[in-house]
Order: sequence, then structure tokens, then C-alpha cells
Amino acid sequence: MEDIFVFAVQTLDATLRVSTPLILAAMAGLFSERSGIIDISLEGKMLAAAFASAATAAVTGSPWLALAAAMITSLFLALLHGFACITHRGNHVVSGVAINILVSGLTIVLGIAWFAQGGQTPLLKADARFRPIEWPGAQAMEGVPFLGPLYEELISGHNILVYVALLVVPLTWWVVYRSRFGLRLRAVGENPLAVDTAGISVAFLRYRAVAICGLLCGIAGTYIAIAQNAGFIREMTAGQGYIALAAMIFGKWRPLPALGACLMFGLLDAISIRLQGVSIAGIGEVPVQLIQALPYIMTVVLLAGFIGKAVAPKAIGVPFVKER
Amino acid sequence: MSAARAPLPRWVDIVLIPIINIAMALFVSGLIILAIGENPIEAVGIMLQGAVGYDGGIGYTLYYTTNFIFTGLAVALAFHAGLFNIGGEGQAYIGGLGVGLFLLAFDSVLPFVFLLPLTILACAAFGGAWAFIPAYLQAYRGSHIVITTIMFNFIASALMVYLMVNILIEPGSMSPESRDFMESAHLPFVHDVLGGLGISMVATPLNLSVIWAAICCVLVWIYVWHTRWGYELRTVGQSEKAAVYAGVNPSRVVVVTMCLSGALAGFVGLNEIMGVHHRLLLNFTAGYGFTGIAVALMGRNHPVGVILASLLFGILYQGGAELAFEIPRMTREIVVTIQGLVILFSGALAYMARPWLERLFAMLHRSGSPAMERA
Repeated sequence: MEDIFVFAVQTLDATLRVSTPLILAAMAGLFSERSGIIDISLEGKMLAAAFASAATAAVTGSPWLALAAAMITSLFLALLHGFACITHRGNHVVSGVAINILVSGLTIVLGIAWFAQGGQTPLLKADARFRPIEWPGAQAMEGVPFLGPLYEELISGHNILVYVALLVVPLTWWVVYRSRFGLRLRAVGENPLAVDTAGISVAFLRYRAVAICGLLCGIAGTYIAIAQNAGFIREMTAGQGYIALAAMIFGKWRPLPALGACLMFGLLDAISIRLQGVSIAGIGEVPVQLIQALPYIMTVVLLAGFIGKAVAPKAIGVPFVKER
Repeated sequence: MSAARAPLPRWVDIVLIPIINIAMALFVSGLIILAIGENPIEAVGIMLQGAVGYDGGIGYTLYYTTNFIFTGLAVALAFHAGLFNIGGEGQAYIGGLGVGLFLLAFDSVLPFVFLLPLTILACAAFGGAWAFIPAYLQAYRGSHIVITTIMFNFIASALMVYLMVNILIEPGSMSPESRDFMESAHLPFVHDVLGGLGISMVATPLNLSVIWAAICCVLVWIYVWHTRWGYELRTVGQSEKAAVYAGVNPSRVVVVTMCLSGALAGFVGLNEIMGVHHRLLLNFTAGYGFTGIAVALMGRNHPVGVILASLLFGILYQGGAELAFEIPRMTREIVVTIQGLVILFSGALAYMARPWLERLFAMLHRSGSPAMERA
């Protein structure tokens, strides 16, 4: 019994850690897509942010400067996406693909030119990274059954960005559903013409939405590079941007269900590492690849309308033309 | 404001704007090379020398070109029906799986003359099948093809890893690769064919699938512009409502188009598996599916444009490899960067230059012939 409990707590702890970048990126995507801008460049923005933060941390030794650099880099890419999609009415998917490919090449090109380590950045020392924060009393709680490990493993001992991610979710909910900006944001994603008629600038609203998206992706990339890992490795986001996108769709473009989807996909990831080569009674050995592919399969099944119905914002991907 | 705009001549849209867009992409690429402290002119020189300066370079260039033609045609064909097939990577992967499975089963049984057409069919069937599911879901279940094809890229990758590691691996082998195909199942290398004709050429991966790529270009051209299916396809791409009004079934067109698109992307597997590696292995698609997007956008979705764009990317890929060899601070990923910029400028920002040109031409008209003003 004790063993299973410890295993469960450790798995949940790992879930939280792998879910963090997904949560941040999913909320980022939510802002963009709710405003009507399709964003498949979450991946690229996170990768660019990861590189920017690792490079900055390697040079300056400060995680906070690294975070700032990552957020600015990601913001720049988000505004580029906005420039293409909002100002020039370009195809959102094409622009997103362009950013993803551009970043996947550029991070390696710059990495090799600047650090000459085959595309990696130098391994960071502890004080250049975001370190786990020990909550008060975590040591003292150690002896307490159940609550002790729960508090020590699951609640305490994460780095600040994990808590930031968890705070971003209610904040997103509040902004989207309770603030004036959020009301307009949702309106512009459903019916931009109505927003325009009300005398509100569609372009400015959407620019602000993609900017928020960029800043959040910046935090997500920073987490991957200098909190979860100790430096940048080529292609280190490894499809997490797409998983986050899938989670956002799975959550039907709503913050709390999206959080649930992120945690579920994170749990699958955490389990797949633990289940490697383990045989389950009655089922036999579950292929790791199947568990890894599950988020994608589930999203496809959901989108096909087999479990509930996921309806995207109505005006998504449609360029807004003011003059008729 | 719109009064000042004169309609642009056709050649501006077809020739000038694409050239301006590519020039902008290459200009920014040059700035990036400058920024890392290397000389862009020198880099271009090394790339050209490496890509077309000697027979081996040309062979490699054309080998890459072959892959890009397949994926470029795949994306272009889907574009004509208003579909964005971002899943070329996965379809190429599964197309290669089809080639591999077929040859593993039949390479000792059938002679080459039967093997080749049947392998092409198997390849097309597998690649097409991988595109069929997203197409069906888009046409009949209302899910978005972009998202589904992205997801299918990842699913294809997971499936291939599972199959290679657990089932198709050669017994006793450490790396996840199948056994080699029999010699009779190899698609001949061009250097071997030329050698047989008495022309000597350095050994390169270029094989006869390059001819199949050329044939595919012609077939796509005929299909899109000279058959009633192609007419239906373009009608759906222009306006689904008009297509319905004209008695076309858009759902059927979506499914058929995507299957053909997937089959085209799948032929990367023909080139790689039957032509070069002669065994089934992992990661042979190497991003060619995504390059197809750049190729199609740059080639304006026309087979001739696709060939030209594929050649350019073939030169970039092969030249990029030489570049990394000559200048240690450079890497071939500079080509991936250029690719991203090309997609950005010829795709997402395709019409950035248009307002300027419209103003320019309006000015030219005004100064040239005042009569145009009234018309």
C-alpha cells in the first residue's frame, strides 16, 4: 500500500514537471486562437525562447535575464506571426510553419556559431538556473504519513516557473471570461465585423492577443531550457508545442479543460517512462510508442466528433478585411 | 486609395512577385550569415561549387531534388483543392513502409520488371492510405485537415519506431533496420546506368526514381488542368459552394485529392528505400515533407514551378552540406533557416510587395499614357 502511494505521488510529481511547459504553451495558444489567429508556431516560439534563455544564462549567469531574453525573443516571433497574419492577411498555417522551420534551423546555426558545441549551449551552473523552492516545513513534514510525502514531493520543491504556470491558468480564465479585454477577445474570434462596428480595432486586439501568446511561450521555453534542463540541446522542445496545441483543442479552447488535458498528456508521458518494459497483468507489455502517440490519437478522435464536439472560434484563420 | 491602383500585368504576379519574395528571403539569409561573422558571397560560391560544380555534386543535388519534387507536388496538388497537406512527412514515412514491406515479402519471388510497378503501387497505396484518414475526417466528420495531418505525422513516427524496434528489425542486429533487399530489388543508380552506357560518373545516391518524379510532374499537370477530375478539384479549391452548385461532390474531391497527395509524398519512400538504402530504417524522411511546403509555395503550385523550386532546394541542401565541410562555424542547418525564410516570404508574406508594385505601376501608367487614367 505504502509503495503504491509513493509511486503515485512520484508519478504525479513527474506529471506536474512535464506538464508545466504544456500548460504555459496551451494558455498561450488559447489567447491567440480565441482572437482568431491560428497558431501552430507554439513549438517554434518555445524552441527560440529555450535557446535565448540558455544562451543568455550561459553568458550572464542570471536566470531572470534569461527569462527576459526568452520572452522578448518569443514576443518578436509572435509579432512577426501577427505582422504576416493580421497586417498582411497571410495564411496563418503557412506563417506558423515558416516560424517553426526558421527557428529549428536558426537555433542550431547560431548555437554553433556562438558556442561551437555542436548546437548545444554550455552546461549551466546551478545559480544560472531556476532552482527548486523548498517550502517551509517540508523537512519537518517528512515523517507524517501520506500528507508528508504529498506536501514534500508534490507541493513543495518545484521551481518558480511551475507555480507560475499553475497561476497562469486561473489568470487566463479570469482575463478571458471576466475582463473587458477578454470579452472583446472572444468576440473578435467569433465575429470580428461586430467588434469593428463597435468601434474597436480588430487588428490592435489581435496584436495584443498574439503578444500575450508570445510572452507565455517565452516562459515555457525558459522552463524547458534552464529549469527542467541545464542548457539548450538542438530540437529540445521535441513536439511539445504540438502537444500543447492538441491539449488546447482537447480542452475545446477553454482554460480549465485545457489544463486538464495538459495534465492528462503529462501523466501519459510520465507513465510511459515508467512503463518501459513493464508487463501489466492481463494486458501484457504496452508499447511505449503507443502511449507516446496517445495524445495525438485522442486529439484526432476528439476532433472527429467521436467524444464530444470541439468547435473552434468561428472566425479562426479568416483574415479580416475592413473595407468592403 | 483603390482608385490609384491599376490592375497589375499578369507577368508581375507570375514572375516578378515570386522573384522579389525569394530575393527578400535570400537577402535576410545573407544578413544572418553576416551576423555570425561569415561572408555570404563566399558562402554562395562554396554552395554553388559544391552543388553543381562537379558530377558528384550534381548527382547529390538531383537526388535531393527528386524528394522535393514528390513532396512539393503533394502539397501543390492539395493546395489546388484548397487543402493544406502538412502531413507530407508522415505520408512519406508510411509510403516508405509500404515499399519496405512489399520488397521484404516479394524481393526473392518476383523479377524486377514486376517488382518495380508493384512497389510503386504499394508505395502509393500506403502513402495515400495515411492521407485518407485525415481526408475522410475532414470531408465527413468536419475535423480540420491541418491539425489532423500534423497529428498523423507524430503517429506515423511512433508507429514506425514501434515496427522497426519490435517487429521488422533484422534478428541479431543492434540498430533498428530490416534486412537488406536482394540485389534484384534495387532501383538502379544513375551512375551504374550511365556506366553501362560508357559514361563514367562518381557514385551518388541519385537513382532512377528521378525519372518517376519527372513522370509524376507530367501526370499532375495533366490531372489538374486537362481532366474533368482536375477541373472539379480546382472548382472545389476556388469555391466549395460553386462546386456544389455545379454538381460536384466536394467531400469526394477532398478525399480523392488527399489520397493522391499522400501517394505523391509517399514516393519519397520509393527514392529512399528502394533507391538508396535498400532496407527499411528509421528517419529516412529527414524533413523532406516540410520542405515540400516551401517548394510548392515557391513554385506557385505548378509542376514547372515545383521542378524549379526543387532544383533550388536541391542545390541548397547539397551546397549546405559542402558549406559545413568548408567553413566549420557554418552548419547545414543554415539551409533549414533559408527554407523557413522562403516559406515566410513566398507564403505568409506573399503579397507584402504587392501594394508597392501597384503604386509603382499606377505611377508608370500615369506618366506613360494619360488615357489609361480614364479607363
